[in-house]
Amino acid sequence: MIFKRLILGVFLITGMLFNAADGSAAEKKAKVGFVYVGPIGDHGWSYQHNAGRLAIARTFSDKVKTTYVESVPYGADATRVITKLARSGHDLIFTTSFGYMNPTLKIAKRFPKVKFEHATGYKRSKNLATYSGRFYEGRHVVGLIAGKMTKSNILGYVASFPIPEVIRGINSTIIAARSVNPKIKIKVVWVSTWFDPGKEADAAKALIAQGADVILQHTDSPAPLQQAQKNKVWAVGQASDMVNFGPKAQLTAIIDDWNAYYINRTKAMLDGTWSSQDTWGGFKSGMVKMAPYNKAIPSDVVAMAEKAKDGIIAGTVHPFTGPIKDQSGKIVIPAGKMADDGMLLGMNFYVEGVDGTIPK
Amino acid sequence: MRLELRGQVSERMVYCSPVFAVIMTFLTGMLIFSFLGVNPTQAIITFFVEPVSSIDGVAELCVKATPLVLIAIGLSFCFRANIWNIGAEGQLTIGALAGGGLGLLFFNSSSQFLMPGMLIFGILGGMVWAGIPAFLKIKFGTNEILTSLMLTYIALLILSYLIHGPWKDPEGQNFPESRLFPEAGLLPIILDETRLHLGWIITLICVPVAWILMTYHLIGFQIRVMGMAPMASNFAGFRGKNIIWISFLISGGLAGLAGTIEVSGPIGQIIPVISPGYGFTAIIVAFLGRLHPIGCLLSGLLMALTYLGGDNAQIELNLPNAVTGVFQGMLLFFLLASDVLVRYRIQIIGYKNKHRNVE
Repeated sequence: MIFKRLILGVFLITGMLFNAADGSAAEKKAKVGFVYVGPIGDHGWSYQHNAGRLAIARTFSDKVKTTYVESVPYGADATRVITKLARSGHDLIFTTSFGYMNPTLKIAKRFPKVKFEHATGYKRSKNLATYSGRFYEGRHVVGLIAGKMTKSNILGYVASFPIPEVIRGINSTIIAARSVNPKIKIKVVWVSTWFDPGKEADAAKALIAQGADVILQHTDSPAPLQQAQKNKVWAVGQASDMVNFGPKAQLTAIIDDWNAYYINRTKAMLDGTWSSQDTWGGFKSGMVKMAPYNKAIPSDVVAMAEKAKDGIIAGTVHPFTGPIKDQSGKIVIPAGKMADDGMLLGMNFYVEGVDGTIPK
Repeated sequence: MRLELRGQVSERMVYCSPVFAVIMTFLTGMLIFSFLGVNPTQAIITFFVEPVSSIDGVAELCVKATPLVLIAIGLSFCFRANIWNIGAEGQLTIGALAGGGLGLLFFNSSSQFLMPGMLIFGILGGMVWAGIPAFLKIKFGTNEILTSLMLTYIALLILSYLIHGPWKDPEGQNFPESRLFPEAGLLPIILDETRLHLGWIITLICVPVAWILMTYHLIGFQIRVMGMAPMASNFAGFRGKNIIWISFLISGGLAGLAGTIEVSGPIGQIIPVISPGYGFTAIIVAFLGRLHPIGCLLSGLLMALTYLGGDNAQIELNLPNAVTGVFQGMLLFFLLASDVLVRYRIQIIGYKNKHRNVE
């Protein structure tokens, strides 16, 4: 008897929940979901993706409801969260970190009607698109400025994981820096995390102690920039304009601007024109932008940086133009040739001028 | 005001305090929700009821609870013997590498022996990693808290080395992930359309086995005596060394098993981060479950529910992820607070009381 009542109770509660779900469906709003690897308050990577989500919410306020889940660890949890979004009636789901690739692919197969987009990965299917930014273009500009601003000829780089995306950024920076000052070396510290202000700050401190006077980073918190400000060296913001965290130290920042992309893709979903594709946008598409330059940078350096940026947009400058040597001195990109996207996407070697070896 | 030891600790209250802690967490949680401008009843439903209001949700709950329960049961053996194994995270990692490594070695295999082999390797891997602090403690009297904890970081670095080096997927464009395990190396799904895998059944089998071992077997008796009265244990002729070995190997083996289950169940390959800290969360689970296998099962499910509820609260109510941590923290805080009150009574020291104490 009690058991029966219990069952009835469970059904009643479930029924109520489903009714609630139906109620919101009656408004016929499409749902767009986001999965973030860090907290939205990281002021870097996840913060910018969340800015993109808010842009969707502003643009389609009457047609689209957006949701997000932050700080989702790779592995079993990612699968659960993405499945949950797919199950709860989301039409379009953005999974915004590399480690979500296999979970997203698996779930995309299970939910063929839901559209998925995975940032920075390379596995696609009929309802799974990929997208990323050509951040190495920004790194090129940063490398030129750093090359002109360093006094110690040592650049410090706080790096996350030795994947092609990150190695490409390190190489792009040092190639550009050495093009204006061939004596420059770059030191890299790997922290094995995307977001850990403590570890990132320690890495920056170690680099500064080793003589680095420009701190670059491929992690998501402003901690390295704050260390640079404290130690009176230069730094470059990551993913968003972090100038408030180090107004004196920040030379500029490479900004990831996902707003236009997210709005376009949401629109395509609403119009029924969405299809799986791969997008790799840079300066030209506006996905990568530079933050305002620090006033302390001499005007000729700013002019040089702007010229490089315009060149990249016009297609006359490519950050990976030969001759480029690897660490052993072997030429990997011959003179006059440029690296193609295939080479860039699988980049697994350091170029000349990087100190140390890629963690194996 | 001061705390005074109660002469007699009520057995009933010891088991009631987790329940009390849960109730207090609920009430405080509702208070916090109403401060955040969220309807507290709705928030509690979103957090604790909605995630398990479908079959899929219940399956997810069990998937999440599996490693927590397994590790917590193992840790109970250690903690009962007053042995502080803090390194379950490392034992889990090495177990996952040992079991998962076998799966990667035979990535073309379709043998039905692969899966049991992986599980056994996982258990052995965890045992080896737990055996090191046990050996050091017995041989050199080292503090097992330090050694087991530090071995966790070594284990994570071994994982990192393997995944960035020899075990990297050759077709993976240099991304730090292993190949996917073959079908024969994946735990079978026991409920269609969900992720509920055989690991849950293994967990459910471990619970009564551990209970019998702990309550009715001589080993369990020795462990408990050593924890409560080491001198008595010596006089009784129990070999302290053996108890250290046994409790470390049980907890290491179960943590290793949990690691293998995690990689061959919901993950399906080896990735740079296998566990989001299950080895540490399980310490809370073990104490919340009163170091009792059935208690560990219940508290493991509750802890898993806070994670699922956290996801749901983010999706449905736009609350920050920190809510999950707040709930877990409150749970532990209230548990410790009620435990203190179970063992001690608060005395307001005035003139009279002082006088009485002198008597």
